[in-house]
Amino acid sequence: MNKQLILDHADAAVEFNKNEAKVDWHDETLWFVRTKRDRAVAQIPEWEQLREAASQIKNHVLSNMHDLLIQFEENAIRNGIKIHWAADGDEHNAIVLDIIKQAGATRMVKSKSMLTEECHLNKYLIDNGIEVIDSDLGERIVQMRNEPPSHIVLPAIHLTKAEVGETFHEHLGTDKGATDPQYLTEAARQHLRETFLTRKVALTGVNFAIAETGGFVVCTNEGNADMGAHLADVHIAAMGFEKIIPRAEHLGVFLRLLARSATGQPITTFSSHFHRPRPGQEMHIVIVDNGRSRQLGRPDFRNSLKCIRCAACLNTCPVYRRSGGFSYHSAVAGPIGSILAPNLDMKKNADLPFASTLCGSCSNVCPVKIDIHDQLYKWRQVLMREGYGPGSKTVAMKAMATVLESPRLYRMAGKVGRGVLRFAPITVENGLNPWYNQREMPEPPAESFHDWYVNHKKA
Amino acid sequence: MTTRDQMLASIKANQPAMRPIPAQFTFTSVYPDLTQQFIDILTFVGGAALIVPDFAAIRASLQTQFPNMTSVATTCDELADLADVTMNVSDPHELSGLNLAIIEGPLAVAENAAIWVDERQLPQRVAPMITQYLVIIIRQSTIVPNMHDAYKLLKVDETGFGTFICGPSKTADIEQSLVIGAHGARSLMVYILP
Amino acid sequence: MKVGLFIPCYIDQFYPNVAIATLKLLEKVGCEVAYPLQQTCCGQPMANSGFEHLTGGCNENFVRNFADFDYIVSPSGSCTLHIKHHLHSTNEEAATGIRSRIYELTEFLTDVLNVTALDATFPYKVGLHQSCHGQRGLHLAQMSELVVSPPFSKPVQLLNLVNGIELIQLDRRDECCGFGGTFCVTEEAVSVKMGKDRVADHLRHGVNYITGVDVSCLMHMEGILKRANSAVKVKHIAEILTATL
Repeated sequence: MNKQLILDHADAAVEFNKNEAKVDWHDETLWFVRTKRDRAVAQIPEWEQLREAASQIKNHVLSNMHDLLIQFEENAIRNGIKIHWAADGDEHNAIVLDIIKQAGATRMVKSKSMLTEECHLNKYLIDNGIEVIDSDLGERIVQMRNEPPSHIVLPAIHLTKAEVGETFHEHLGTDKGATDPQYLTEAARQHLRETFLTRKVALTGVNFAIAETGGFVVCTNEGNADMGAHLADVHIAAMGFEKIIPRAEHLGVFLRLLARSATGQPITTFSSHFHRPRPGQEMHIVIVDNGRSRQLGRPDFRNSLKCIRCAACLNTCPVYRRSGGFSYHSAVAGPIGSILAPNLDMKKNADLPFASTLCGSCSNVCPVKIDIHDQLYKWRQVLMREGYGPGSKTVAMKAMATVLESPRLYRMAGKVGRGVLRFAPITVENGLNPWYNQREMPEPPAESFHDWYVNHKKA
Repeated sequence: MTTRDQMLASIKANQPAMRPIPAQFTFTSVYPDLTQQFIDILTFVGGAALIVPDFAAIRASLQTQFPNMTSVATTCDELADLADVTMNVSDPHELSGLNLAIIEGPLAVAENAAIWVDERQLPQRVAPMITQYLVIIIRQSTIVPNMHDAYKLLKVDETGFGTFICGPSKTADIEQSLVIGAHGARSLMVYILP
Repeated sequence: MKVGLFIPCYIDQFYPNVAIATLKLLEKVGCEVAYPLQQTCCGQPMANSGFEHLTGGCNENFVRNFADFDYIVSPSGSCTLHIKHHLHSTNEEAATGIRSRIYELTEFLTDVLNVTALDATFPYKVGLHQSCHGQRGLHLAQMSELVVSPPFSKPVQLLNLVNGIELIQLDRRDECCGFGGTFCVTEEAVSVKMGKDRVADHLRHGVNYITGVDVSCLMHMEGILKRANSAVKVKHIAEILTATL
């Protein structure tokens, strides 16, 4: 197996850490979001019960997915919405392109949809002659820079205002050196207003799709999903099938959890419920699988599909905060991305479940109680068993197991090992032990506890 | 088989054994003063609120808050004299020049200062986003404690579109610095009638 | 009550004083303690690396050594948690029994022995590192992410029994130090950065010592302190709970 693949996240993290001041800034900025989340949830005495309710509703959804989707489709069609089904990203992209072409359009405005990132929709549309403009401010910033989002809620969180200022100077003609967020946001507002007013097709994501009513909810703070959808002749909403919930009253649970977990807001500025196209408008929903039904079939990993994309696990993750979103080389970064990505491609994403100390903070902040850190542990087992680890690691682990399961070999290795520390589990990866790059090892003691005990207690 | 049938078959084959919807998924929130809670949260999210006795007080306040403003539209008959344009247009693009929209909100939520509006209040769905400034008039008697209470009263598909609005549009996408007035309204003023 | 002392491999080899302090502490509070001589390792180094399927030998050895004790106690939250969650055996009944009877040292002292007094003195400023596996795995203290009350911390409860000690409050009271097993070498850059940030939090509050329930985390932070030629030292909580002037 290719060791390079395993080290992808670690290598990217090395690069990210070359600028320690920026790492500190990234860490502090995201920790600030985590503290806002803490303050918001502390105001809800029933917070833990809400999480439990959300978790159980989602467990029900996973177990009743087939019937809920059929119910949703039936009701949505009755509402005048056109339903499309896409087995994978390619099919999703082709459906979207077809709808755009049917509308006779060559340009589209899009609000935030991690699903379209997962499907690489923008590149596909551009290759097919369609111009796409992302309307979420953070997404617009990274789009101008030809970068993917580094965070599922805060797409441009890896950039300083100076970097945004430079990008806007280049693309929007803002004053050189201008970094005031108010000024920069105003420039984007003007630019995107013009976009909203001139695009015939708008694509949005879906936060929740309601089986009972055949409608869907889109949450934004900026109002960009609404501006796009309400001004367009054609509204396309793209959703992974796991976005379904049984009834509208369940939104009470999820809307109480989502924004508080994400940014510490009591609710997003707009929580828009779409049920029917406005007169003269076309409304389409594309329901996407792209590996989700496979994940649904994995008992240890299926409940990753409960995710509502709040990003609380990213903000709290001490590794994410210090390695940056790009180190995860996947549309969804951070702990949740690390348990979703191996389902899509085990070989490509074999490194991600190892980009964690298994500290467990992710599972604690998760509003739908996904056992994220336990799944990271379980993915490690699956990936190594199926041979996605480097051969050298397998050999080393086998050697270590042989020593550690034998009291005699263990003590022998210890006698030798305390001198050269060859035996320490943390040194097994290779000969040039990276421990020493920035840390000392403890002074080896004269005798092990075992030897001390034999000498002192048995005597 | 169509993609639809393949997907549904695969989902059916892979979904786990049925788990019930939990018995409890609504909770009670207790606030000593619902109106005050609503105002506190609205202020926290960058909006402003004023308790007023009647529409005359709203009119007086609006004339101070937005003096000499043009391109004003309202759906409130009581304030019709303040409007010089209408939201009753057939093409939503005609609202691109709207400066101030004054609408009514039939239901408000104390825990998060969210106000529900749907097509009964909105002649055009885009009105509360495309307007530069937004005013919503609510009544104290329609403030409920939390979102569970709100959904008990709402029929979300009564009209084709409805939304909870909580404060003015905002973004923190540049270095987590909060900027009010992203793509939607630059301010939200809420008048609270008895 | 017969207590089996489980000393994790790296403590046995590199920090025998922590094991000695643990033994003395347990004897001081009245336990009959035995250290089974054929013990080795809990198997976590392999398991967390994705090789749990190679831990069968360690598991069997663990069961052979510890099946007959009323309690198994270990000065490590991490290794205790691993046994609690992952110990299985051809003698599954014995493994199940061990999983239910193994305790991390501080939870054993507070929950089983209800220790309310200790004759210990440690007149220094001390920062407590809440190791994640003890904290979020064994619930040794209230977790900062959860909305629960009232606040509690088993290690702090014990440290408060020590004369002269001054415990400082950290800015981030339960952030991971970045040790993470093999993570500390496979993700060296992030691991070290996390460690430096944790250490800096303690240093900002003027500590003389950093303590904790897991030697692995302390070893990592000690390595960073030493490289920086810091005068601040690490001590396992057992060493402080047995300290005298």
